[in-house]
Amino acid sequence: MSLAPIKKVTGRAVPVEGDDIDTDRIIPARYMRCVTFDGLGEHLFRDVRFTPEGKSKNHPIDQPKHKGATVLVSGMNFGCGSSREHAPQAIVRAGFKAVIAGNFAEIFFGNSTTLGLPCVAAQPPDLQALSKLVSEKPETEVEIDLEKLRVKAGPLAFSVTMKPIAQQGLLSGRYDAIADLLANLPKVKDLAPSIPGPTVP
Amino acid sequence: MGKTLFQKVWDRHAVGQLLDGSTQLFIGTHLIHEVTSPQAFGMLRDLGLKVAFPQRTFATVDHIVPTDQRVEPFQDTLADAMIKELRKNCADFSITFFDIPSGKQGIVHIVGPEQGITQPGTTIACGDSHTSTHGAFGAVAFGIGTSQVRDVLATQTMALSPLKVRRIEVRGKLGPGVYAKDIILHVIRTLGVNGGTGFAYEYAGPTIEGLSIEERMTICNMSIEGGARAGYVNPDEKTFAYLRGRPYCPKGKDWDAAIIEWKKVASDPDAKYDDVKVFDAAEIRPTVTWGINPGQAIFIDEAIPEPEKLPAADRASAKEALEHMKFKAGQRLSGQPIQVAFFGSCTNARVSDFVEASKFLKGRKVAAGVRAIAVPGSQGVTKVCQEMGIDRIFKEAGFDWREAGCSMCLGMNPDQLVGDEICASSSNRNFKGRQGSPTGRTILMSPVMVAAAAVTGKVSDARQVFA
Repeated sequence: MSLAPIKKVTGRAVPVEGDDIDTDRIIPARYMRCVTFDGLGEHLFRDVRFTPEGKSKNHPIDQPKHKGATVLVSGMNFGCGSSREHAPQAIVRAGFKAVIAGNFAEIFFGNSTTLGLPCVAAQPPDLQALSKLVSEKPETEVEIDLEKLRVKAGPLAFSVTMKPIAQQGLLSGRYDAIADLLANLPKVKDLAPSIPGPTVP
Repeated sequence: MGKTLFQKVWDRHAVGQLLDGSTQLFIGTHLIHEVTSPQAFGMLRDLGLKVAFPQRTFATVDHIVPTDQRVEPFQDTLADAMIKELRKNCADFSITFFDIPSGKQGIVHIVGPEQGITQPGTTIACGDSHTSTHGAFGAVAFGIGTSQVRDVLATQTMALSPLKVRRIEVRGKLGPGVYAKDIILHVIRTLGVNGGTGFAYEYAGPTIEGLSIEERMTICNMSIEGGARAGYVNPDEKTFAYLRGRPYCPKGKDWDAAIIEWKKVASDPDAKYDDVKVFDAAEIRPTVTWGINPGQAIFIDEAIPEPEKLPAADRASAKEALEHMKFKAGQRLSGQPIQVAFFGSCTNARVSDFVEASKFLKGRKVAAGVRAIAVPGSQGVTKVCQEMGIDRIFKEAGFDWREAGCSMCLGMNPDQLVGDEICASSSNRNFKGRQGSPTGRTILMSPVMVAAAAVTGKVSDARQVFA
């Protein structure tokens, strides 16, 4: 089950400003009452985008100038909180292909990588400049080069970071581990009797 | 050079290195619930895969179950579809399901230890970030996403990179009215909500050793709130005493052999740590949150900080928090009226939490206008509380005594805040919207502080209320 390598993401961007954007903010728990991930995209950032009555708060995602954006730009500690994969699933299903933020909560980062949603970390001044640029000139194409770990956007160009293992996984199309894990199943079965676990009563 | 528990467990469970450089790690015990597993079973079916080791996966239902009336079909059709889906998946793939009629249902992180499924030296995974709770037994326990739930179902392994280990050493005597919850809120406040990124936290030192197993669970539970992927306490005699005789623990000669193994798994005295942080328990006072992440906390007798006086990186979030909470910098929370008191969650809904608070609730009444709910973490907890007459004390005080589930910790079931209600909560997250209302306000605190808030109708120093 080989996946297409992800080497570059290019697209217009939308700024979602703020630090510690948690998973409840990304997808409020009440929208997780479901047995598939279908339809999660429309509830992305539900409570910051809409009033409880469902009226639009004119969040950047809903502004016409950012329609069709595929890169999400945010602040520090993005994705903190729950391990719910519903969070990156909602981001992907809303049409996003990458996230640029200050840094990422660990489980969120891993979940995103597995889905082929690259999360790259930028220095705060670069992030601020990028947010400002795409807010003022929403037509700007943002390019994330995952081989060089560089972001280019209009007059801006800066380095970003990503855990080498995640970077390797994306570049080689091995970001979803299932095929590699399954390939070792015979070895896993050999090891199993020595691995402690609950005793069936 | 000695090894930490984390290294020993990791080495024993490593199947090998994968091509991207990560480790394929054997997961000894897998726990699932209704929210993050159905999509994983869907992926399994799409790929035509089986569950590799069904006897190593255990299921229960917690997030979406109503805590008032449990007659099925549930009024919420989505919740009803979720429990039925889990039932079907467990039947199809031969997985043990602690369903409602079993009398063993409850919050997954309370059920695992209660059944003796959680054991020292094991690796545990569950599609829930509070899986770190199981570390209280000296297990290495990871919260995982749904794709990894699929991986564990299909292979009993997952791809992971090793963590660094930070020893959080707590020394000294806790003051009266100061609890495990205050320790962990203080640690998170001090090290930051992302201070633990890349680390497993080893909680150690005389104060931690002095805590009961259930108190250790409260501490390990909130590791993720400090950014740490896992948290654990080295197993000791208290751990073994807690597990002895539980259904899924070894028996007879196997038990004796297990104890020998479990003793060996603890960190060596000369183990090398990537970092060490030392805390003085005597300095910790009852702690409450004032903001929208668990690190935004103060001692009950402190004032809410001025955003401008905080480190630059914390200012924007502090301002946002004050706006959401409708609090002012410089304000003290003591005296702040509350509308809801929530006693529950995987952080604090075990027997000892109810017993401790009942000592103070006896003969007292919930203040007029306060909606107070007490939600045992499992049907097992309910049963013991009933046997001890604890439920009666809560009911007589005016608490609504409910059935086991996640309840108001998160807005996935009918227990939710309304509008901008303020909730004194024994749970783990005060994120905006966490308790079901986008404008709801959560103040995290220890269960005894929740009891004090319930009877006074405002955030109060339990040490004074119950003096």
